[in-house]
Amino acid sequence: MPSDATLPSRRSVRLSPAVLAVVAGLAWSAVPTLPAHADLAQPPAPPSGLSWSDVPNDAGRAVTLTWKPSPDDSAGLERVTGYAIERSETPGGPWSVVDSTAHGVTRHDDQTLHRDTDYFYRVAAFGPGGRTPALSITGPVRATSQWINQTRWSVLVFMVLFFGFVLYYIASAQAGRKPFVRRIPGIDAIEEAIGRATEMGRSVLYVPGVQDIDDIQTVAGLVILESVAKIAARYETPLTVPVAYPIPFTIAEEMVKSGYLNSGKPELYDPSSVRFVSPEQFAYVAAITGIMLRDKPAAHIFMGSFYAESLLLAETGFSTGAIQVAGTANVHQLPFFVVACDYTLIGEELYAASAYLSGEPKLIGSLKGADLMKLVIILGFILIGCTLESFHITWLTQWMITQ
Amino acid sequence: MKREVPLFLTAVIGLFMILSFFVPHQLVSVPADFLQQSAVIVVAFGYVLGGANVLKVNFDGIYKRQSGWPYKLVLVVALLVTVGVGLAEGRTWQDPHSISIWIYNHLYSPMQATLFALLSFFIASAAFRAFRIRTTEAALLAIAALIVMLGRVPIGDHYLTARIPVKWLQMSSIQQWIMDNPQNAAKRAILIGAAMGVMATGLRVILGIERSYLGGED
Repeated sequence: MPSDATLPSRRSVRLSPAVLAVVAGLAWSAVPTLPAHADLAQPPAPPSGLSWSDVPNDAGRAVTLTWKPSPDDSAGLERVTGYAIERSETPGGPWSVVDSTAHGVTRHDDQTLHRDTDYFYRVAAFGPGGRTPALSITGPVRATSQWINQTRWSVLVFMVLFFGFVLYYIASAQAGRKPFVRRIPGIDAIEEAIGRATEMGRSVLYVPGVQDIDDIQTVAGLVILESVAKIAARYETPLTVPVAYPIPFTIAEEMVKSGYLNSGKPELYDPSSVRFVSPEQFAYVAAITGIMLRDKPAAHIFMGSFYAESLLLAETGFSTGAIQVAGTANVHQLPFFVVACDYTLIGEELYAASAYLSGEPKLIGSLKGADLMKLVIILGFILIGCTLESFHITWLTQWMITQ
Repeated sequence: MKREVPLFLTAVIGLFMILSFFVPHQLVSVPADFLQQSAVIVVAFGYVLGGANVLKVNFDGIYKRQSGWPYKLVLVVALLVTVGVGLAEGRTWQDPHSISIWIYNHLYSPMQATLFALLSFFIASAAFRAFRIRTTEAALLAIAALIVMLGRVPIGDHYLTARIPVKWLQMSSIQQWIMDNPQNAAKRAILIGAAMGVMATGLRVILGIERSYLGGED
């Protein structure tokens, strides 16, 4: 049997009255002292100094309101819970609460205005003791729209420069000077992959991403599809294109049809080769992995915008032994494709693919324009910007901040 | 005309949307908002075409007894039942006790979660292949990945580098440096390149240089 010494003592701790008195004194002193006027049953004092200003660089739908806090809105007094912003179209009301802010916040953007309408505002403080009627109102308030967003000049300059470079190189290509473009192994591999599928007598699976047509990567993926369809038609290899959204689906149909037509083999076009699946991410994945496992295409080409499904698709494809070529500009998905696919087009290569595959000088000219713009950005903005910032000269950085 | 009119519309609307980025005035922003909202109507028609395609392709597969035709049958039945229930319930389909919500919560949602959960196994198998050291690049990748993984879990700082007194030699500091510097620099380089590609593609489409999306012969 263990001795008592090994067991924790169960005796209660007895403190002497002197120690208790010291502890009680310390505890009392730790309680925050409330000021005499801090009666939580009373409503807080009202805020004051309500003023407004138009929100700049907008379409005339917003104003900024600022006010001075209630005298009761300070740390430790918990008399103000927040401020209610009320709006009316006449100074006499009726008032409606448009929004509220937390205590300590004395600024609010009201972005729910109608254009060409005058409004009046008042701000009330509220807390546990109730709500204080606002002392004054401000108005008439009318939001105005501006012609130019002053914070976007940098973007405009970039864009004009970029368009200038691209148009110059396009004109130059049209004049007969075909620009040099480096080999891109990932794009070269597309033809190799389709060729392999042809040799094996199996089909090609083309996946144009999981986003709608408003994602430019989907546009790039669909444009590449035409070139892929041309090659597939030339080799007389079946092509399957599952599409997630209805608009890309109709465009994909046109692309594939056009590819077969331009290859001189319109009779080989199979209307069921382009299939609408579902915009639901995992339903789309289920459909494609089903095609991979049942039909066993020999080549999988993933071009467009991908998210969590990238690895589900690429790993399932890998398990079937198909040759896989992927391309996306979604940086966070690139590692998955790099690991699971034979070739991966990284970022800009996805956008270059259609020009590269078509070999059209005009399209290739646009690639050169983009390259020159990158040089300008690297030399002109990154190097100069870093140098200026190192000397605490911030105007370039400030100029490039947009809203 | 079949190609000229769409090309003209693309150019005008494309340039107008670019203009709306710089001009917030209501004379530009209101029509720009309208154009964006109008896309919903086009999409609605697109869904009709898409739905018809789903039925056509799958009915065809069932009729011809293609491989996996029972799955196609399940898909068609599920599609028709879901649409039918939704139409029958009308505006009440979002009620917590509606059949549509039951289908979503008890059938669709678990299936979606199941598929998503598979990702963890795929990540494990992909990581196993990625970290096989065959080249210098693969070795660098494996070392960097190991440091980042260990630096983000307690074992890194608390056990492996616990006795190193210098803060910047702690596992968490090294992994943070890898994430903030080489990783971030590479990521931004890809993003800048991709942004140029986006602009070039947009310009090619707007100017009608890239016109393959219209279909037909070149």
